[in-house]
Amino acid sequence: MLDIKNLHAGIDGKEILHGLNLHVGTGEVHAIMGPNGSGKSTLANVLAGRPRYEVTAGTVSFEGQNLLEMKPEDRARAGVFLAMQYPVEIPGVNNIYFLKAALNAIRKNRGEEELDAMEFLQLAREKMKLVDLDESFMNRGVNEGFSGGEKKRNEIFQMAVLDPKLAILDETDSGLDIDALRIVANGVNTLRSEKHSVLVITHYQRLLKYLVPDSVHVLAEGRIVKAGGKELAEELEQKGYEWIEQEVASAR
Amino acid sequence: MTAEVQTDLREQAAQRFTQLGWPTMELEEWKYTNLAPLQRIDWRSEMEPRLQPGSRPAKAGAPFVAASLRAHALAELIFVNGRFADAAGGANGLEILPLRDAKSHPVFEHHYARYADYQRHAMTALNTANAQDGAFIHVRDGAAIDGFVHLLFIGSGDGVWSHPRNLIVAGRGSQVTIVETFVGAGNYFTNAVTEIVAGEGAHVDSTKVEREAADAFHIGTVQIHQERSSSVVSRNISIGGALVRNEVNVALAGEGASLTLDGLFVLGDQQHVDNHTVIDHVKPHCDSMELYKGILDDKSRGIFDGTIIVRPDAQKTNSRQVNRNLLLSESAIVDSKPTLEIHNDDVKCSHGSTIGQLDEEALFYLRARGVGERDARNLLIYAFASEIVDRMKAEPVKEQLRAAIGRLAR
Repeated sequence: MLDIKNLHAGIDGKEILHGLNLHVGTGEVHAIMGPNGSGKSTLANVLAGRPRYEVTAGTVSFEGQNLLEMKPEDRARAGVFLAMQYPVEIPGVNNIYFLKAALNAIRKNRGEEELDAMEFLQLAREKMKLVDLDESFMNRGVNEGFSGGEKKRNEIFQMAVLDPKLAILDETDSGLDIDALRIVANGVNTLRSEKHSVLVITHYQRLLKYLVPDSVHVLAEGRIVKAGGKELAEELEQKGYEWIEQEVASAR
Repeated sequence: MTAEVQTDLREQAAQRFTQLGWPTMELEEWKYTNLAPLQRIDWRSEMEPRLQPGSRPAKAGAPFVAASLRAHALAELIFVNGRFADAAGGANGLEILPLRDAKSHPVFEHHYARYADYQRHAMTALNTANAQDGAFIHVRDGAAIDGFVHLLFIGSGDGVWSHPRNLIVAGRGSQVTIVETFVGAGNYFTNAVTEIVAGEGAHVDSTKVEREAADAFHIGTVQIHQERSSSVVSRNISIGGALVRNEVNVALAGEGASLTLDGLFVLGDQQHVDNHTVIDHVKPHCDSMELYKGILDDKSRGIFDGTIIVRPDAQKTNSRQVNRNLLLSESAIVDSKPTLEIHNDDVKCSHGSTIGQLDEEALFYLRARGVGERDARNLLIYAFASEIVDRMKAEPVKEQLRAAIGRLAR
């Protein structure tokens, strides 16, 4: 589904990813772990097409399409979803109105009928239960006045409504208490199927207890330096990132 | 008001205009706006006879049907080029008359031309001298009017000027919502004056929507007089017109009065809209909250020039003034000139002004969910305006505005 080859990218003229390779197959859940500053968020932002991030070399293919040439909205319509680390507050843009516009843009792109207000509301209500968000959130501004945990749950709610092929979770676990963590993991697990892939980007192993990955990759200094199964995450939790960094240093 | 008094007033105002002349940019109050293009035209009044009530004015044809809110309004009066054309609806406790039929009404006689100052303001003098018609609305003491009254002013034809003149008097403890809409077609000039009197404890919600034709000139004054414990919400919304000047002057003339003064201007092309407001705190314990928002695209120019005066007797004044502007193009210009004149120590006053662009983070967020760039921009532009629009009571007017702002937002 997602094929990243020799990706060099950065921001403001500073290269942060130095030749990253990653393959995510259809129906797989991959975790990218790494210390602060290793390039985790840069990877997430480059995949979603955030302005100011520059790709200097390499390719990213999504279901055979050149993802890097696509506008952010076209990536979303093709089925890429980024659950953001810091969801922005947008007062005055109604949460539910915006999400309906987004879903219908995506459905139109898929050649499906647009949902009317009633159909959409029904779908939204069903998905809100999944992440335990109160219906009153629907009619507020996008993320307006939401707590940190509510913002993250809103990201997962949006993901559940938009039903992407590839969901990228950028540190969705940061700042969440254990209950919120379980709710978020539950929301993602519901999406899991042989047709959906998930890329979990995180510093900590704790989300991966609930959201068990098929593979774990360790990102350090802009490259994938180690890969393994879910037990690698536990090893990192026990030993920290230092031993990896030492391995990388001694391999040079 | 006898015919002689009326004629005297017109003559005095005409004389005063001759003395004052057209405002020039040398005047501090007019430093941003050049009326020379307006003075070059030899304006004429349209002399068409008044249409009978019930008959649709021929010139108020297809382009203006959409501006009519007859299906939603409690009452609607339509004026074409400043002349009364049509009326419908009404309610208990509400008297609505075309100006020409109001002249012997005691309330009219008492209030007409008492507040809008033609001695100091040339354009008000011009209006007072030339006013053909307008609306007189009287809300009886204690009457709470549900719904809203719509005054629709249609300008039509090149070289035609009109001087609509309205007087709205809300009696003691009454409640009323008024919407004025200005639309039209052609290179015409509207010079409107609306006087609003809020009696003791009255609640008045008044909105002026300026959606004049692209080639039209519009100068409008809204003059508000507030008595003790009255509460007024006044909004001034500018979307159309080539050269527009909006004046809103409010006197908080009774203790404990409160004012919300909102403004919104949404401009593109080479539009020039000059908003000039004066809030005069005359008496103690009054509140005023002013919020003006501007959205400017292309080579448009917008001005917010707002003055708050706190008189020596106006202790415990609470006043806040905010002007926020959203620039969508590098060629658009906005001038923000807040002025506070405070003549006593026992007040709480603040003012602030900001100029910014669309939030790139918000734009990316919307696009990353699949909303196209154009739609995402429109959503954000509308969101900026919604703070003003959403506070309106008249739902169908909100709908019209959403559509108008949506069309302009690119």
